[in-house]
Amino acid sequence: MATPKEAYDIAVIGGGNAALCAAMTAAEAGARVLILETAPKPYRGGNSRHTRNFRCMHSGPLGPLVEAYSEDEYLSDLLKVTGGKTDEHLARLAIRTSEECLPWMEEHGVRFQPSLSGTLSLARTNAFFMGGGKSLVNAYYRTAAGLGVDVLYEAAVTHLELNSDQIEWVDYTYEGQSQRITPKAVIVASGGFQADTDWLTRAWGEPAKNFLIRGTPYNRGVVLSDLLDQGVESVGDPTQCHAVAIDGRAPKFDGGIVTRLDCVPFSIVVNKDAERFYDEGEDVWPKRYAIWGRLVAAQPDQVGYAIIDAKSLNLFMPSVFPPLKADRLDELAGMMDLPAEKLKATVSAFNAACGDISGFHPTELDGVTTSGLIPPKTNWARPITEPPFYGYSLRTGVTFTYLGLKVDETAQCSTPSGKIKNLWAAGETMAGSILGQGYLAGFGMTIGTVFGRIAGREAAAYAN
Amino acid sequence: MQTDLIQEARRQAEICNACRYCEGYCSVFPSLHAERAFSDGDITQLANLCHNCRGCYYACQYTAPHAFDLNLPKALAEVRRDSWERFTWPQPLARRFHTHGGAIALALVVGFALLFWATRAIGSSGGEGFYAVLSHNAMVAIFAPAFLLPLFSIAFSLRRYWAEVNGKPIQMSDLTVALKRAGKMQDLAAGHGEGCNFEDEDRFSQARRHIHHAIMYGFLLCFASTSVATVMHYGFGLHAPYGFWSLPKLFGISGGVLLTLGCGAMALLKQKSDRDLGDPSAWGGDIGFILLLGFVGLSGLVLYALGSTPLMPALLAIHLGSVLTFFLLTPYTKMAHGFYRLAALVRDAQRKRDVSMVR
Ligand SMILES: Cc1cc2nc3c(=O)[nH]c(=O)nc-3n(C[C@H](O)[C@H](O)[C@H](O)COP(=O)(O)OP(=O)(O)OC[C@H]3O[C@@H](n4cnc5c(N)ncnc54)[C@H](O)[C@@H]3O)c2cc1C
Ligand code: SF4
Ligand code: SF4
Repeated sequence: MATPKEAYDIAVIGGGNAALCAAMTAAEAGARVLILETAPKPYRGGNSRHTRNFRCMHSGPLGPLVEAYSEDEYLSDLLKVTGGKTDEHLARLAIRTSEECLPWMEEHGVRFQPSLSGTLSLARTNAFFMGGGKSLVNAYYRTAAGLGVDVLYEAAVTHLELNSDQIEWVDYTYEGQSQRITPKAVIVASGGFQADTDWLTRAWGEPAKNFLIRGTPYNRGVVLSDLLDQGVESVGDPTQCHAVAIDGRAPKFDGGIVTRLDCVPFSIVVNKDAERFYDEGEDVWPKRYAIWGRLVAAQPDQVGYAIIDAKSLNLFMPSVFPPLKADRLDELAGMMDLPAEKLKATVSAFNAACGDISGFHPTELDGVTTSGLIPPKTNWARPITEPPFYGYSLRTGVTFTYLGLKVDETAQCSTPSGKIKNLWAAGETMAGSILGQGYLAGFGMTIGTVFGRIAGREAAAYAN
Repeated sequence: MQTDLIQEARRQAEICNACRYCEGYCSVFPSLHAERAFSDGDITQLANLCHNCRGCYYACQYTAPHAFDLNLPKALAEVRRDSWERFTWPQPLARRFHTHGGAIALALVVGFALLFWATRAIGSSGGEGFYAVLSHNAMVAIFAPAFLLPLFSIAFSLRRYWAEVNGKPIQMSDLTVALKRAGKMQDLAAGHGEGCNFEDEDRFSQARRHIHHAIMYGFLLCFASTSVATVMHYGFGLHAPYGFWSLPKLFGISGGVLLTLGCGAMALLKQKSDRDLGDPSAWGGDIGFILLLGFVGLSGLVLYALGSTPLMPALLAIHLGSVLTFFLLTPYTKMAHGFYRLAALVRDAQRKRDVSMVR
């Protein structure tokens, strides 16, 4: 499609899950909708293209989900990870609405599959998309096209003109030219700002330059900062981002799920001085990988090295990059640029602190612990003795930032002097309204689907 | 063996193994996720389990321009064709016909010529109908070896396949499981039963599955027609020509219609698909084969329609020429895929049986 000639009722900014849910809902309500997506078509769909499931409340078996998952249980799971930093009203709205989302998603082309091998623990709470998030995004683009939604790729929104309580126009660049449209209503669904390394560095400090970005390079917070500059109300801590420990060899952007490393609980992790710095066996990995993102960020050069021996290699999911492998520890140290003597000393001290390992159990907290070591390893502590030895490097991988637009239960944005008549926000860009900190697997897609649909409904009602 | 093809498929399989998002699409992924490292035989087996539905390409977040450059349907298609070429005896024939539609056309012309020559040189010893053009004995003398030799060649190739994929002694249950899956073309429906992503990018459609069904059942009906006729001829002394309401004719006509329409539709469908998601070098060979098969059906129908006109002798030579070519080329063209696919399904049934025994 070339430059749009038509007048649109609604401009949706972004082309991920939240944007598409909003666009389809608004189009079904009769609005003429234009999606402005900054990415080229092969990279459309932002972080949503990397997802695999969404977390869904259900009072009985529903689609691929077994048993039941109640509102209260869901909320208590959420409160556990956010440490109470949650807007309970909006959180309950998201949770309660998630149940009707699953059939709605199916009607709009999404297909589910039983939980993936290696993720059985999520079979009750999370519904997995067949083919993953990109197939979800593809299905939504098809459905949206069928509903008459127009999509402009490589259209980077640069500015929304706010005049007291309404957005007057939208500026974007397309094919090197500045363009302006004047839709009746605007929905912002353009994600966080994690791909803007300068902004991340301002918020986090120098170490942020060494962070990897797990998802799209296109979520640079351009619209977010434009709106914040004009006094639109924000929520969330600009210095906070969700980060996990991933394979240090991952690409700077878009490495996605395959850069995940599950070896830490069976390893010892050292920094570049070959010193351990935290209890590797504190808890099962899904509960600890976010903490390790921060731990690694605090080490010199923001890098860690996980070392295992032959007996542990098959205990965790394979990862995309094969580990470095050597028959002797000093050789492995050489491959990883670690001080060899120091590494040998660290491993010997660890091995000497290991005790009875007969109770070792890879999938449970087994209490097989070190004694007298600082920091201790409190589970799965088996000496590292059996060659070949394997090494993985770890870096901090940012999932998303928390700073976002503050919305109410109709997904509407506001300034300190009141609601903005024709501006709504959905998805990661307003997730801070619900998630103050921490993250619950599958909740990002829930927020995007629930608030995307609300924003689409409200914007269409306003425009009609 | 083209080690670079295997190596490329292995590289991609390792990425899939860390990802697993496509687990629900087809039997390739569960089989893939059961391993941690992939031998050459594993890759060959995965390649022959794949039926190029392309679901995993359009769903993949790592396709080009991403640096991981995933294109599993293509990687597996290339390994698959390479494996057929390697296992086939004699190899040079396979290498030629799998990739060259022109070679198939040439073979067809040779087939015509042979049959024309046969009708002239051998002729008839005074039979009725078609046998007035070429005697029954002469037909048997030509077609029995033309049918059996390729079967020997295929049996030989399958043994090599079986050794490479580390196949176990086959149990009856392996066969029934595999035949059931093949009969329904279950995998062509994709994990959620809505078909392939073939002719219109990521849109799911049953077109390819239905067309493939038409071709396969069309072919089987034609085959049944000939088999029934053989039994009637030798078993009951009932000789051709048969009437319209006879089994050979009913099977033959319905099969011929399905085969002709199916092959025509498949050739058109393929034109709409993205060549780069299959094995681009096999494009010509595949289209050539589809047209040959369709021609077998069409020429059979025309022969039936114009069987009592003066054109009949020429039409008979043309039809029989195409059938001869088709049979002789079976081990060296896409036709071979049916045999390998069945073998791969049997092997997969064994794998699942092993897993359930371990549990
Ligand atoms: C590797 C990975 C795996 C994840 N897995 C899961 C999971 O399994 N389940 C889950 O719930 N969550 C998961 N998440 C989180 C999830 O991706 C997000 O919560 C969710 O996708 C947010 O959707 P969204 O539509 O708000 O943003 P996005 O999907 O990121 O969409 C933002 C869109 O805005 C566009 N855009 C940005 N700036 C502009 C601009 N200036 N002009 C125009 N367009 C612009 C982008 O190109 C993009 O299309 C995962 C995240 C990552 C990185
Ligand atoms: S094809 Fe792509 S999305 Fe599918 S399993 Fe492989 S890497 Fe994952
Ligand atoms: S192309 Fe289809 S059959 Fe082949 S691996 Fe991908 S999803 Fe499976």
